[in-house]
Amino acid sequence: MARATASVYGLMAEFDDPTTLVAAAAEARREGYQSMDAYSPYPIEELHEALGAHHTKLPLIVLIGGLCGCIGGYALQLWASAVAYPINVGGKPYNSWPAFIPITFECTILAAALSAVLGMLALNRLPMPYHPVFNVPRFALASRNRFFLCIESKDPKFDLDGTRRFLETLNPREVSTVAD
Amino acid sequence: MTERNVEIEDPLHAVVGTGKPPVIAPGHTFSTVTDKISAIVLTRKTSLGWYAGFGVAFLLTMLLLVSVTYLVLKGIGIWGNNVPVGWAFEITNFVWWIGIGHAGTLISAILLLLKQTWRTSINRFAEAMTLFAVACAGLFPAIHTGRPWLDYWLLPYPNTMGVWPQFRSPIMWDVFAVSTYATVSALFWYIGLVPDLATLRDRSQSKTGRVIYGMLAMGWRGSAAHWHRYEVAYLLLAGLATPLVVSVHTVVSFDFSIAILPGWHATIFPPYFVAGAIYSGFAMVLTLAIPIRAVYGLEDFITLRHLQNMAKVMLVTGLIVVYGYMTEAFMAWYSADKFEMYVPINRMTGAYAPFYWGLLFCNAVVPQCLWLRRVRSSPIALFVIAIVVNIGMWLERFIIIVVSLHRDFLPSAWGMYAPTIWDWSTYVGTIGLFLALLFLFVRFLPMISIFEMRTILPEAKVDEDLRVI
Repeated sequence: MARATASVYGLMAEFDDPTTLVAAAAEARREGYQSMDAYSPYPIEELHEALGAHHTKLPLIVLIGGLCGCIGGYALQLWASAVAYPINVGGKPYNSWPAFIPITFECTILAAALSAVLGMLALNRLPMPYHPVFNVPRFALASRNRFFLCIESKDPKFDLDGTRRFLETLNPREVSTVAD
Repeated sequence: MTERNVEIEDPLHAVVGTGKPPVIAPGHTFSTVTDKISAIVLTRKTSLGWYAGFGVAFLLTMLLLVSVTYLVLKGIGIWGNNVPVGWAFEITNFVWWIGIGHAGTLISAILLLLKQTWRTSINRFAEAMTLFAVACAGLFPAIHTGRPWLDYWLLPYPNTMGVWPQFRSPIMWDVFAVSTYATVSALFWYIGLVPDLATLRDRSQSKTGRVIYGMLAMGWRGSAAHWHRYEVAYLLLAGLATPLVVSVHTVVSFDFSIAILPGWHATIFPPYFVAGAIYSGFAMVLTLAIPIRAVYGLEDFITLRHLQNMAKVMLVTGLIVVYGYMTEAFMAWYSADKFEMYVPINRMTGAYAPFYWGLLFCNAVVPQCLWLRRVRSSPIALFVIAIVVNIGMWLERFIIIVVSLHRDFLPSAWGMYAPTIWDWSTYVGTIGLFLALLFLFVRFLPMISIFEMRTILPEAKVDEDLRVI
């Protein structure tokens, strides 16, 4: 069995509609499986919960990014206008904070938006040029109209025959083996 | 009641229970939505009309190239602007283009936060429109500096001259606002595209298509955990883009209102500019959406409901703009300042008076037709009104900029402005660039967000009762 699982990434069941997939994911979790992932052509809120939702760190990353942009943007203007190149403009103080607000705001948004996008990609480990699930030819339909549940071989409960038999009970269209 | 739910064959007139046209024609499924939108890119034969349209747009883009090249060779003396009218066509066009961009962000971000599902089928190309409009807008101040090869001086970077940009100037605010806006719009657009690029990768029949769309999709596989973070990121981006879009045209209006010139120095400017931006942007979305849905047969997805809603947004923002005009005139009178009071009189009776009356006709009179449901339900009428509003909003910026500048405080400093052929060729050239980019976009990328269309289908709902096996 050890040899068989080494070359197998997991077992993948294909479903026709979102309801069956969500039910299957919840059932697999009840059965004790942990290393699994579901694939759908559009975001399904219930699916994430059924798989055992945990909060994403992304909002915190965006907050930190935004704060860095905010402080960095203001510091840049303060340093340039008061330290590096102080010029008296119409008697305004070197630290003309009201005039520095627009750029501080723009820097906040820019840094927060970049953190949102780069943070999401990093947490999702994207870009990822190769992933075993693409070895299943029918997986191409995951971006069209089909729904997939993949139980991975690294799960302690995974057993090629037992897991396959379990997946067959969940009303799938078909179950295929995912080569690693 | 049941009668109202009857599916009528013409999707344009299909009516659901609410008595409003639906946001998507009945009968569509995950596969039909996917196939119909991706077929435009992948399988449909490129029509002769596309080649003709792209050809014309490409030629105009070449005209822009010639104009900019000649400008670099000769300097901005080839344009009609000179003291006292130092800002003319170029800044008019800058404000016009960037205003047009605002509707895209409004549709994609603000309407997303307000859970307006009808935005789904128009947000993708409205965002593309934003991106291309901002590209055209950014070009104008860049070439207007006179020595565009030194534009990087606007950026704060350590240099051997030991100088730093003047951060108290609204022009610097503009640099940051517009570049942030361009970056965030591009991110928003690209991130929205990733799941659809994965669809194109999986459906493409050609190796080149699979490789290119595959690289752009970054290995997206629709995993539940990915979708979750994706949705969080998308919502956060929408939340960030919402204050950003308001700030951009506010900062653009500061370029004027911080100055003491009569006609510019007004506190109404920021809200008035933002409303004008949304007004002109929705006009441009209608100008583009109406022919595109007809040519590509997308009446199922871009229904009358979308056109009606956009017409309503145009009507409301148009009224805010008209309120802005009235406030400008009132404040001029109320200021009891000789120079301020002269501004509206000069606008109405001065050398450029026909433009002012034309502006009122285009922006204040014609859009009042939108009060009539019959007009809001007629794509042709909407298309004509949208074009009129586009022209009106261009005239508005021309009047704010040129008419204010040509009569400032001292009569000895008064002057007149007339555009030269190069002013026109640069302007028309950017319209060509905008259209050429749009033609490429509708040919090579899905112009409607496929995955978001799937979410609004009835079959996308998870049936709570059936969940327990």
